[in-house]
Amino acid sequence: MTSTSAKYLHIDRVCKSFTNGSKVTDVLSDIRLTIDKGEFVSIIGHSGCGKSTLLNLIAGLTDVTTGALKLEGREVNAPGPERAVVFQNHSLLPWLTVYDNVKLAVNKVFSATKTRAERHDWILHNLDLVQMTHAADKRPGEISGGMRQRVGIARALSMEPKVLLLDEPFGALDALTRAHLQDAVMDIHARLGNTMIMITHDVDEAVLLADRIVMMTNGPAATIGEVLDVAIPRPRDRIALASHPDYVRAREAVLRFLYERHRFVEAAE
Amino acid sequence: MSVVALKSRPAESPKPEAKVMALPAPPKSRLAIRRILSDIAGRVLPPAVVLVVLLAIWQVAFSGQTSGLPTPSTVWTESADLILDPFYVYGTQDIGLGWRVLTSLERVAYGFGLAAVVGVLVGAILGQSALMMRGFDPIFQVLRTVPPLAWLPISLAAFMDSRPSAIFVIFITAIWPIIINTAAGVRAIPQDYRNVAAVLRLNQIEFFWKIMVPSAAPYIFSGLRIGVGLSWLAIVAAEMLTGGVGIGFFIWDAWNSSRLTDIIVALVYIGITGFVLDRLVGWIGTVVSRGTAT
Ligand SMILES: Nc1ncnc2c1ncn2[C@@H]1O[C@H](COP(=O)(O)OP(=O)(O)O)[C@@H](O)[C@H]1O
Ligand SMILES: [Mg+2]
Repeated sequence: MTSTSAKYLHIDRVCKSFTNGSKVTDVLSDIRLTIDKGEFVSIIGHSGCGKSTLLNLIAGLTDVTTGALKLEGREVNAPGPERAVVFQNHSLLPWLTVYDNVKLAVNKVFSATKTRAERHDWILHNLDLVQMTHAADKRPGEISGGMRQRVGIARALSMEPKVLLLDEPFGALDALTRAHLQDAVMDIHARLGNTMIMITHDVDEAVLLADRIVMMTNGPAATIGEVLDVAIPRPRDRIALASHPDYVRAREAVLRFLYERHRFVEAAE
Repeated sequence: MSVVALKSRPAESPKPEAKVMALPAPPKSRLAIRRILSDIAGRVLPPAVVLVVLLAIWQVAFSGQTSGLPTPSTVWTESADLILDPFYVYGTQDIGLGWRVLTSLERVAYGFGLAAVVGVLVGAILGQSALMMRGFDPIFQVLRTVPPLAWLPISLAAFMDSRPSAIFVIFITAIWPIIINTAAGVRAIPQDYRNVAAVLRLNQIEFFWKIMVPSAAPYIFSGLRIGVGLSWLAIVAAEMLTGGVGIGFFIWDAWNSSRLTDIIVALVYIGITGFVLDRLVGWIGTVVSRGTAT
């Protein structure tokens, strides 16, 4: 890696605390992480440790308390379409059709650079990436949870983001649907080469998808406990992988981190 | 509706070509018609029976010589022209109650329209700021309970002219529930939608039209529905000021010249119009906020 690409997304000694009246909660402390362009990073940790907070910091939806967050050398201090987010509960606008949900994003981001016809094609192209063209005229209430997540991904991709942020996107789905969507995400990553950061609480999902797995310690004042490189070549096939020694080793390492060294203490909540 | 359905039935039989296709249809459509008829009967009959009973009680109760109130039959004998022809015109001041209702509706349209626009905008601004909400909400809650008549003198003093005063009375009566409900709706916009707007960098105006209005639509429309009811309630008060040909002034005028039966007919007109207004705004609300609730 060259020195510029090594600092594509740079999280430098970031701390985050929430102030509520006189009560100050330290959620994240001293987060240091550098992510390369095109890399797929999974963030895993126990519930409530601050994963979403970290993702919101990268998205610019919340401000850092101390430290700096830079994308391509430029300070991140506001949300924007170059850091698109796929939210945990899809957050599609229920009064718009699938097509119009994506259109809202496309019209906003490409109003100056694409003609109306080009924008229409671009919307359909993105819906096609997640195989949702057939439901373009349906409303979110009329399609399944898995389909909604697909549309959420299409909407995020349609912004042509530099970094795609996914916050437990498949958490609420059944295993079969989740497997389909994981394959879809892997396929998109291979085709478009986006930088992707995905939060998950599923060890298998983390190992299957990621180039690197970032493991977070428990809160309060959570930080990055360990970073694991997953050097399994792509394309990855979930069935062949099950017995792959690197896969088994990676899985074991994450499990050991989560359940031996940083057991989730219920009382800490 | 049933009349139309009944009419179309005899027309089917003279067509020989359609015979094969039509064969299974008649029992089905006859069943459907019967169902619609019994449905209508089920809705119309009970209130009709109640109405007849109430009218009968009224007739009996006020039939005595000393009674101050007219009975239904006196209403009919003295004011039948008002009931039978809502749209007559005998002179500039002597017109049917239908015309009067329309004149009043125009006035309400100004007052309520203004209240709707201002109310939704103010509500949107208040709903966006918890601090402003805390400051203004108690004041609105108090003002909201002031009856329309109480605004009359203040309104006259402020505008010095009857026409804007009347519209102001309607406006000030209707605006509070619109503000309060819109603000509540805006505060209830899920954080997810706000995050989507932030990532897309929607500006204030885009946020208002694309997120706020559709998301808060059910709240806004329940505010508008209360508001339209209140503005219609204010019509008599407002038209005490303006005079002229409105339905509100008609009642005031009829009272001054002791035409009690006319007042009773006018009350029925006002009641039915208010009912229709309420249903109309409710219906628009259902259509507009279709899909919002999912
Ligand atoms: N806006 C906020 N104000 C105060 N505390 C917050 C806020 N957002 C999150 N937190 C706290 O930060 C911690 C981490 O939350 P979150 O990032 O959502 O965890 P995760 O996504 O890992 O489950 C939680 O203890 C939560 O209560
Ligand atoms: Mg979370």
